[in-house]
Amino acid sequence: MSAANPTQRWLQAHLGLVYLFLYGPIIVLIVLSFNRAGLPTAWTGFSTEWYGKLAANTKIINAVQNSLIVAFASTAISTVIGTLLAMGMEARRPHPALEALVAAPMIIPDIVLAIALLSFFSLLKMTLGLHSIILAHAVFNIAFVCTVVRTRFKHFDRSIVEASIDLGAGAFTTFRRVTLPVIAPGVIAAALLAFTLSIDEFIIAYFTAGPGSSSTTFPMQIYAMIRFGVTPEINAVATIVMGVSFVLVFLSQRLNREVEA
Amino acid sequence: MTSNRLLLLAPGLAWLTALLIIPCGLIFVLGFFERGVYGGIDYTLTTENFARAVDPLYAGIFLYSARIALTAVVFSLLIGYPAATCIAKQPKRRQMPLLILVMMPFWSNYLIRTYAWIVLLNREGLINGALTKLGAISEPLPLLYNDFAIVTGLVYGYVPFMILALYSSISKLGPELAEASTDLGADSWRTFLRITLPLTLPGIAAGSVFVFVLSIGNFVTPDLLGGGKRTMLGNLIYDQFLTARDWPFGATLAFLLVALMMVLLTCQAVFVHRSATQEEARA
Repeated sequence: MSAANPTQRWLQAHLGLVYLFLYGPIIVLIVLSFNRAGLPTAWTGFSTEWYGKLAANTKIINAVQNSLIVAFASTAISTVIGTLLAMGMEARRPHPALEALVAAPMIIPDIVLAIALLSFFSLLKMTLGLHSIILAHAVFNIAFVCTVVRTRFKHFDRSIVEASIDLGAGAFTTFRRVTLPVIAPGVIAAALLAFTLSIDEFIIAYFTAGPGSSSTTFPMQIYAMIRFGVTPEINAVATIVMGVSFVLVFLSQRLNREVEA
Repeated sequence: MTSNRLLLLAPGLAWLTALLIIPCGLIFVLGFFERGVYGGIDYTLTTENFARAVDPLYAGIFLYSARIALTAVVFSLLIGYPAATCIAKQPKRRQMPLLILVMMPFWSNYLIRTYAWIVLLNREGLINGALTKLGAISEPLPLLYNDFAIVTGLVYGYVPFMILALYSSISKLGPELAEASTDLGADSWRTFLRITLPLTLPGIAAGSVFVFVLSIGNFVTPDLLGGGKRTMLGNLIYDQFLTARDWPFGATLAFLLVALMMVLLTCQAVFVHRSATQEEARA
């Protein structure tokens, strides 16, 4: 695949610039997080002191704990419900309305879902807190899990389910011994993505967290820090968050690919 | 078998009905009520909120948001189209990794990716610092807290979607048509304009609608990169709910945003459907 003609070469140079555009800003933050002065203007030596400062920041630690609770709970709920939904939708060609319903949480603007849920919760006079964020995050996570798991069914040979039932296995045994092993990598990949989405989600959590700082999540804390001004601590936070997200997404992609092979 | 299927669908349907359909329906209904004296909702029917939404003040914000979103669409297309073309021309086994690399940033924290641009664009930021050091400028350029910064942030956030949408359209085209066009004497520019571009219009439409909708309803980017000076539709809705505490009016604006989104998505679906039937007719 040599760059045979000039057009091809231009395109490749352009693609290289696009990757630079996408990853350059992230790389800048990572480099700066290790800069002693913490400022972008001058490199004053390698240091991990900003990471040390983070570890001592109780507000951040607290926010991370809240985010982990929300992410684990909403991932658990949405992985189960989303997988069941995917199985139901793949059993027969789903109605277009059902397709639209599952696509909706993924395309509706965050701010709309955020205010809709806030209005709904306050109409019910529900106390807000981590539990309401979990309920809200499960909405878009169910849609994402369902969509990812459904792609696994594309290569699924339905006759093995029929064979299992013909051989006398019950519905649950068939699911556990036949369907689940085939779709498992897709389910795990979906769960990893759901976890990543939940731990990074800001606006919906911001609206459904309720007043008070007890249910501040990690992105809400980051938002407060950014609003306060550019501080080197944020660079360290950014590096850790990016690292965790990329590892999770990478694992998820690996799992997805294995099945295709 | 059917009862089994319903059992599988039931939890998901219940969740999405209770926490998506009903709350969104509520938003629609709220728009027809009055704001209570202390910020609550006064359940008296009115169409005043919809009348207020077309008031020049708010219509202006709406148009400004649409203009910013449209600018973001145009730049995403200009950046995304050559990139998607290049990926589609790579050997098959390299295409997937390249696409995953494009989508990776989408899965990471949007706030932090936006913050990165504050670091790059502010007066003492990386770009101004580098340009000053090179002697190219004596005064820092006003790169942050303006429309330029907002559009940059939006393009940065959403160009992966554009590339993905364009790729799925471009990769469906075999090289045969372009080759035939070249064999018949058209130069590569003419081939692109007359053959490739029209055939990839569905991808362009899909990517554009995506970027437009995500941009016009965005709250974080105008807030952080616009410095809160410029109000876009997302910020206006935010303010009505958390600052002005006029929920019925905020709900009206949110409803109008969703309505606009539905119209655009429907247009796009019709458009894709029509070009698909045309292709069938041609085949």
